[in-house]
Amino acid sequence: MSEKKFDYFIQGKKAKWEVIIGLEVHAQVLSKSKLFSSSPTKFGAEPNTQVSLVDCAFPGMLPVINQFCIEQSVKTGLGLKAKINLNSIFDRKNYFYADLPQGYQISQYKNPIVGEGEVILDMPYGTKKVRIERLHLEQDAGKSIHDIDPDHTFVDLNRSGVALMEIVSKPDLRSPNEVNAYVKKLRAIMRYLGTCDGNMQEGSLRADVNVSVRKLGEKELGTRCEIKNVNSIKFMQMAIEYEAKRQVELLEDNKQIDQETRLFDTKKNTTRSMRSKEDAHDYRYFPDPDLLPLNLEQSLIDKLKKELPELPDEKKERFIKQHHLSAYEANILVSEKEISVIMKK
Amino acid sequence: MSNLSNFSLTDLVKGIKKKDFTSLEITKTFVNNSENSTKLNAYITKCFDEAIISAKNFDKKKDYNGLLPGIPIAVKDLFCTKNVKTTAGSKILHNFVPTYESTVTKKLWSEGAFLLGKLNCDEFAMGSSNETSFFGNVTNPFGDKLVPGGSSGGSASALASSLTPVTVGTDTGGSIRQPASFTGTVGLKPTYGRCSRWGIVAFASSLDQAGPMTKTVEDCSLLLQAIAGYDPKDSTSVDIKVDNYNSNLTDKVKDLKIGIPKEYRVENMPSEIDELWKKGMDYLKDAGAIIKNISLPHTMYALPAYYIVAPAEASSNLARYDGVKYGHRSKGSNLIEMYENTRSEGFGDEVKRRILIGTYVLSSGYYDAYYLKAQKVRQLIKNDFDKAFKDVDAILTPSTPSAAFKMGDKKDDPVSMYLNDVFTVPVNLAGLPAISVPSGYDKNKLPLGLQLIGKPFDEQTILNLSLAIQKRANFKRNIKVWWK
Repeated sequence: MSEKKFDYFIQGKKAKWEVIIGLEVHAQVLSKSKLFSSSPTKFGAEPNTQVSLVDCAFPGMLPVINQFCIEQSVKTGLGLKAKINLNSIFDRKNYFYADLPQGYQISQYKNPIVGEGEVILDMPYGTKKVRIERLHLEQDAGKSIHDIDPDHTFVDLNRSGVALMEIVSKPDLRSPNEVNAYVKKLRAIMRYLGTCDGNMQEGSLRADVNVSVRKLGEKELGTRCEIKNVNSIKFMQMAIEYEAKRQVELLEDNKQIDQETRLFDTKKNTTRSMRSKEDAHDYRYFPDPDLLPLNLEQSLIDKLKKELPELPDEKKERFIKQHHLSAYEANILVSEKEISVIMKK
Repeated sequence: MSNLSNFSLTDLVKGIKKKDFTSLEITKTFVNNSENSTKLNAYITKCFDEAIISAKNFDKKKDYNGLLPGIPIAVKDLFCTKNVKTTAGSKILHNFVPTYESTVTKKLWSEGAFLLGKLNCDEFAMGSSNETSFFGNVTNPFGDKLVPGGSSGGSASALASSLTPVTVGTDTGGSIRQPASFTGTVGLKPTYGRCSRWGIVAFASSLDQAGPMTKTVEDCSLLLQAIAGYDPKDSTSVDIKVDNYNSNLTDKVKDLKIGIPKEYRVENMPSEIDELWKKGMDYLKDAGAIIKNISLPHTMYALPAYYIVAPAEASSNLARYDGVKYGHRSKGSNLIEMYENTRSEGFGDEVKRRILIGTYVLSSGYYDAYYLKAQKVRQLIKNDFDKAFKDVDAILTPSTPSAAFKMGDKKDDPVSMYLNDVFTVPVNLAGLPAISVPSGYDKNKLPLGLQLIGKPFDEQTILNLSLAIQKRANFKRNIKVWWK
């Protein structure tokens, strides 16, 4: 197979532009119960049937950490070859919304459970390393439903308090294809590990996509826009293509990019402004006084490391060596856990 | 039979076990006292009929195994009580009925006690005079128009006037000890983590602790034993064995070293309080303890640090009262307007003041200068105590810089109100146990208390020292019943 060259650039009227992409992937932790309560997490239940007093923030209710979710995120961190932080802190991210019962989301801000790691992508032009900045644990919010009644909003709190891993990449991705490969690889790793089912239709995996552009050859990063909560790879790719072109047009017209949060409109295939940097929330993060700092024992990390299954990269190497497959063939075989299992049989 | 109103908890338990009287007789006494106490405004919710039924049921079963057999107890309305309205003294929860029972009250009931009613308190426990409650001011039985202290003001007033044999309050910056001092009763704030916070309406999570309020030190040890203990539902509660505070209680305190911190001599403190403090030292010396001068150099920074940390946590803890799920909801043409109207109408001025302060000190650009700085100061205050406790077993201070004051005196001057907590606040910041024990009177015949501060989880030592003071001070609650 001949090695292709990377060729994704935006050809503007005046120059050739490079697209810079970073992803914040929200992956639902595969766990029977929520991050801080014992409510079930099963998808598709009747609205408000999987809600405890903690999940709907009744007076005097206190969060208690679900140890299994901690282990799941440590495993994921190990799968990303990342540094596991023995000491991490849960913070409160304060904002008001009808589907956020506490008035704050418990998240990790300055001290996440997992630090820097990496994901290796197999692209037609060779392997590419994407650096992971961090992985932190947080609670999901509930769901506001606006389309049942013209005058009322309905709130379903089944999802409220479900554990999410937010996996933040460095701005290392350069094309929609790389984003496709990255999300699929991340998903494969988590499916191998059994830490996230990666089911995008059910919202188990979604991403905020950060996009900026710069003239080819430039070193400085441009002003980025964040496209919120995109729930399919195809939409991510379409959003990036649209957004990159929009930014190039603005810059070539000597206009400024506003650092802002945008939404992807799946009907028009465009992005539109949600809020500007000036309107950005001040989340008033501070350590959650209801929870003690999370201190992990190195022995737990070592134990989880020992129990890790063979991951896609290692499996691929083994297939190449043992079965004399080409890198391309091996890659296809390991890309989904199910296929690799058949291979084993 | 003599009037059961004046019995201590210890004597009530003894008498009921000896069958000198029944739970119904006790309960009727306190219900009767409570029914004639409208002028004190100590109750928010009365559960008298239910209490009478519980008493009758107890007398039928006669199970004496618990620590509190057949004892009716009214509690601060900050404890969530199953199927009984729980308001936290706020309009925003004026109609809130929990479906669950707080761990602390559950422990009381599992020891044989039952609920007599819910007692008035400052709104969300924010106040030092019980003048911020949506349900009106509480009066101190020591005098009409006199505040009972706060925030557990209803509890203190009800206890001192024998509307309940004992009660439980909560203490975030002095809310048990200061009202105890103002009403001539005993109030103990346990070590942070000693009692579960589960099911208690939160004010400031890193400071809140439930604790006993009683007429005697013996009662205090008994009630603490009933409510203390680890709770897996509260991640900040600590899994340390609960001592048998009551049977270990002794006034033999010989050779214990008592620290006297020089920083607690504040300007403009009435001379009577200084004299009381000296008397306290004499009492303990008489009991064989050794008095040592110590220094807690960062004491002066405690109050400002507290008034950053507590409002910061409160601003976040109170975000859940938004009209969406339970409690008061105002109308609005959209979500934001509904929030604004609900919270404007639902919260009182003091609560709003603290939410504003808390929101401000956590805001980006101010966080480092205020919240982070306050946390550093908090650590320094903790270090002061750690260092002091290398040389002493407990610390003796006055409980408050003044006796109970008149209603309205400080209401429009929040800073002067906050200064009332100057001796109690450092203890909460350091997470230590402390007790206020009634020790004397000022020239206006108003009670004054002394505070003993202990090492973490060493409630026993400060209880023992308090017993030694109680025996020597020979304090009598001289209350003329004027409110009937």
